[in-house]
Amino acid sequence: MTGIKRTFTYLQKYLLPTAGALLSLLLVNAANLVSPKLLQRLIDDGISDLNMDVVWGVVIALIGVAAVRGIFNFLQGYLGEVTSQGVAYELRNSIFEKLQNLSFSYHDRSHTGKLMTRMTSDVELVRMFLGSGLLHLVSAIFLLIGTIVMLFTLNWKLTLLVMLILPGVGLIFMIFVKKIMPMSRIVQQKLGTLNTILQENLAGMRIVKAFAREGYEIERYGTANIDLLDANISMIKLFTAFFPLVFFMGNIGMVIVIGMGGLLVINGTLTLGELVAFTGYLIYLLMPMFMMGMIGAMLSRAEASAQRLFDVLDAKSEVEDAPDAISLPKVEGRVELRDVRFRYIGAESDVVKDLSFVAEPGETIAILGQTGAGKSSIITLIPRFYDVSDGAVLIDGKDIREVTLDSLRSQIGIVLQETTLFTGTIRENIAYGRPEATLEEVTAVAQAAQAHEFILEQAEGYDTPVGERGVGLSGGQKQRIAIARALLLDPRILIMDDSTSSVDAETEYKIQQALEELQKGRTTFIIAQRISTVRSADKILLLDKGALAAEGTHKELQETSELYMEILETQFAGQED
Amino acid sequence: MMHGMQRVAQTEEEHAQNTGQVVWRLVKYLSPYKKYVAAAFILVLVNAASQGLGPMLIGRAIDGAISQGDKAGLLKTVLTLLGVYTIGMFAMRFQIYTMSTAGQKVLADLRDEVFKKLQTLHLQFLEGSQAGDLMSRLSNDIDALNNFFSQSLAQMVGSLFALIGIMVAMLFLEWRLALVALVVIPIALYVTKFFSSWSRRAFRKTRATIGDVSAEMEEQVSGVKVAQAFNRTERNVGEFAKRNAANRDANVNANAITSAFAPAMDVLSTLDLALVAAYGGYLSIIGAITIGTVIAFIQYVQNFFRPIQTVAQMWTVAQSAFAAAERIFSLLDKEIELADGKETMPRIEGKVSFEDVSFAYDSDVPVLASVSMEASPGETVAIVGPTGAGKTTIVGLLARFYDAEKGRILIDDHDLRDVSQFSLRSQMGTVTQDPFLFSGSVMDNIRYGRLDASDEDVVAAAEAANADSFIQKMSEGYQTEVGERGSLLSQGQRQLIAIARAVLADPRILILDEATASIDTRTEKLIQGALDKLLKGRTSFVIAHRLSTVRNADQVLVLDEGQIVERGKHAELIAQNGLYADLYSRQFYTPPGETSLAI
Repeated sequence: MTGIKRTFTYLQKYLLPTAGALLSLLLVNAANLVSPKLLQRLIDDGISDLNMDVVWGVVIALIGVAAVRGIFNFLQGYLGEVTSQGVAYELRNSIFEKLQNLSFSYHDRSHTGKLMTRMTSDVELVRMFLGSGLLHLVSAIFLLIGTIVMLFTLNWKLTLLVMLILPGVGLIFMIFVKKIMPMSRIVQQKLGTLNTILQENLAGMRIVKAFAREGYEIERYGTANIDLLDANISMIKLFTAFFPLVFFMGNIGMVIVIGMGGLLVINGTLTLGELVAFTGYLIYLLMPMFMMGMIGAMLSRAEASAQRLFDVLDAKSEVEDAPDAISLPKVEGRVELRDVRFRYIGAESDVVKDLSFVAEPGETIAILGQTGAGKSSIITLIPRFYDVSDGAVLIDGKDIREVTLDSLRSQIGIVLQETTLFTGTIRENIAYGRPEATLEEVTAVAQAAQAHEFILEQAEGYDTPVGERGVGLSGGQKQRIAIARALLLDPRILIMDDSTSSVDAETEYKIQQALEELQKGRTTFIIAQRISTVRSADKILLLDKGALAAEGTHKELQETSELYMEILETQFAGQED
Repeated sequence: MMHGMQRVAQTEEEHAQNTGQVVWRLVKYLSPYKKYVAAAFILVLVNAASQGLGPMLIGRAIDGAISQGDKAGLLKTVLTLLGVYTIGMFAMRFQIYTMSTAGQKVLADLRDEVFKKLQTLHLQFLEGSQAGDLMSRLSNDIDALNNFFSQSLAQMVGSLFALIGIMVAMLFLEWRLALVALVVIPIALYVTKFFSSWSRRAFRKTRATIGDVSAEMEEQVSGVKVAQAFNRTERNVGEFAKRNAANRDANVNANAITSAFAPAMDVLSTLDLALVAAYGGYLSIIGAITIGTVIAFIQYVQNFFRPIQTVAQMWTVAQSAFAAAERIFSLLDKEIELADGKETMPRIEGKVSFEDVSFAYDSDVPVLASVSMEASPGETVAIVGPTGAGKTTIVGLLARFYDAEKGRILIDDHDLRDVSQFSLRSQMGTVTQDPFLFSGSVMDNIRYGRLDASDEDVVAAAEAANADSFIQKMSEGYQTEVGERGSLLSQGQRQLIAIARAVLADPRILILDEATASIDTRTEKLIQGALDKLLKGRTSFVIAHRLSTVRNADQVLVLDEGQIVERGKHAELIAQNGLYADLYSRQFYTPPGETSLAI
């Protein structure tokens, strides 16, 4: 139960409502315990003694009990909800924050669908346990003890007899809780699988439709759905095996009370009113047991969920600030990779092997190489999205592992290969890295990225909303917004990962010209397929299978590198056609 | 990120259905499981009878045996009671089983139905709505229904019938006292109705806000790399917290109402007990009824309110479930804008014509204006033009992802709107600029193009796309997992796999939408041969910026601002010295002061 215990720390902020809810519940219980006593009085002192005044007294007392119960039942329900929703709120926030800060390698390996299940279903299960389960558990224990005390004061012999059923009930619940635990884990797993398929289908709908695979996907989802159904039905079987049995045990108690209690009444050692009170208390003997069983089931599910939540919350980010990390001062722009070797977690071979190079401040470095040569991997090492497996990345001579991520990344502008835009307006998207930027600043970078014109053509200009993943704009338009977004940071180091692949040559040329102006004084890394894009670079790094094959300017490489010439040929072959 | 409130408002509008309709629709889902329902119904009756008989037997034990000192009679009554309880237990057991199983089956059916619905929905709707909100409908809303079906439904139905059983038994035992005891029933119904309409509104808001939380989460988890690159995480956490808080408040609000409901019922129950105590006590004292009857009635009133309390407790779950069901139904009721054609597209020869086609995603911004063109079977048509000219839209219309606003599109003289989407698209292959891969192995992903393809066919397709060599080098070859959306592969590798997928599909019409944008030129040259082979014998549409792939096309369409401004063969267009020639020369633009690159 370590997972659930840890969630208690989230309760700390809600100590007051928790205490209030608990107190209310205890008062409700006390009121509950009074009722059978009143009924006993009704029968023995009222009806049997033919005393109508006692009857009226009982009636008034019962109404008082009802009022107390009503008020405190409401309070416990309301305060319990305040607590549990508060805990859910805190949990979701922590997970969201954690996910926002976990390193790239974690996100490479995780499934959005499964993470979503954690944020919703798992949080919900923990919430229900902490909000109502835990309170009711405490209250059930009090009610149980209170009831036993009351029963003993009525008739200890009958009480002992009735209590014979308790070990049976306890045993049933223990077996139940033990069995339900792995089962609920399976159900959650199957649910995660189902949600992953769903999530992928939502994201890849265009491909599903393009290949007319709707039927196949429906079948795939259907299979996972049946798996989940089977798991759910196994769980139902377990529930139906246990709960009616417990209910039955309670009825056995009733049979014992009526049978043995009846005998005692006949023998004159018990009054009729006491017998009725006894049957009344029987409910309160069983209710807590029942409650504990339910909460046990809930607990096992909540525990499984809590563990999954803490799996996320405890996930170690492979990239974190060193304890003694300093803030990186305003950088000059010298970037050095020293004997860098890099391998993705879980991969079997290095994507970057023994790579060393230096980019001087203000230089433009182009990276060229075949698909899978490791171009994108190299540039993700500079903002420290991943840590090198060996060697070091240095900026202005400082190992980037010694500085804070914030101070490092705020000085690097990056245009990733896959353009992700967020729900919001175009302006908000461009100002993503600096939300306080003025419209003039946004317009200026949009102009440099050759985006200004098409933005003005949109229905609402800069205030045009773009949908999730920026659908509604063409690939090239999205890329240009992403470029503007990076430029707005006015970074000392600018990284562009194949960020003009979907832009036509003319626009690209214009972007390049604007960039040349902007690139002055900043170190720029460009990955591109087109030679025309990289030709004017100060240095071209030619990669082959993760290693540096050649390095130099366009001119130098033309003379020294056969590979470079080959690439040139493929791009210009047939120009004379 | 910033339009949360609008979204909530939008979802709120969808709800025009009343509770009765929603419940009735849910009930209709039970019709395939009539057997379960019938069995459950009988079992519910048995259970109700046992609940009704219990106190009656206890009353008899008191009046007939205990008061008379009849030990044998007491034993007989107690044994009968035990028998009744045993039968009740089994009835309850199978009732819960049948009800819950039927409930889970209905849920599975609903999930399937919603998923099927998603598959038929218009792409424009899907791309316009938030994946996270849709996710929420399929996960959170179904979860809310699940809670209802798995815990509450069986208990609620069981309780309601137990209630009826008890009421019948009470009337049977002593009708005067029963009428007094039942006076609270109309009050209870009225209170229920009052709370129900009140809480429904509150619960709708909780469903909408949780959808909003999910949408935000989904988007931010997918876009987390950008968030980190731009140091945006802290702000995102703050934005998320706002939505999260709105959801929390909506829940606390809704539950305040239901928290008041259960105690209200409880108060009614205790008042009823007081009523029975007063009137029963009076009747007993004047000798009109026996003390056993009063005790039986006390038992009844307690047993009688237990089901009511159960129903009240389950009310939260039920309200939440009905609000969730509303959202699910409103998705199911979405009109499919693209009505499927009735005809089956015969094997496509490959003649494609656009007749005066206009299109706009958003009516204010026309994307295509009066585009006409024709491609003969087997032709390769290249579409070039500046970013945003409408190139991708043209091929999207051809695959009928959208319908033209004006004009029509014909393949082999069949209007696309007359043929079924399946028969059309199963003869088309597409490679997009942002290739989407599914999590699974490389093998699975290529096989997506033709599901019945053998392993050898898959490898052959990969070889043709020049993907085989890098696949072989991976740790588990074709069985290597590609990760979610292919995240474990580079973008270029994803494109090669997407090409292999299209090769395997062997389509009649092929669409390459910047299929090689992220592939280096050397690899591109290597697959050029494969592409040429792929293009042969089928009508193809190629969108490309790198014009080397366009040069051999049978016709080139030059698109600018939604219109075809030039068309013809490469050489003709170069000679025209227009936009195409300009784009082309830009490709080989040489900065001043550098030597020519010509080799």
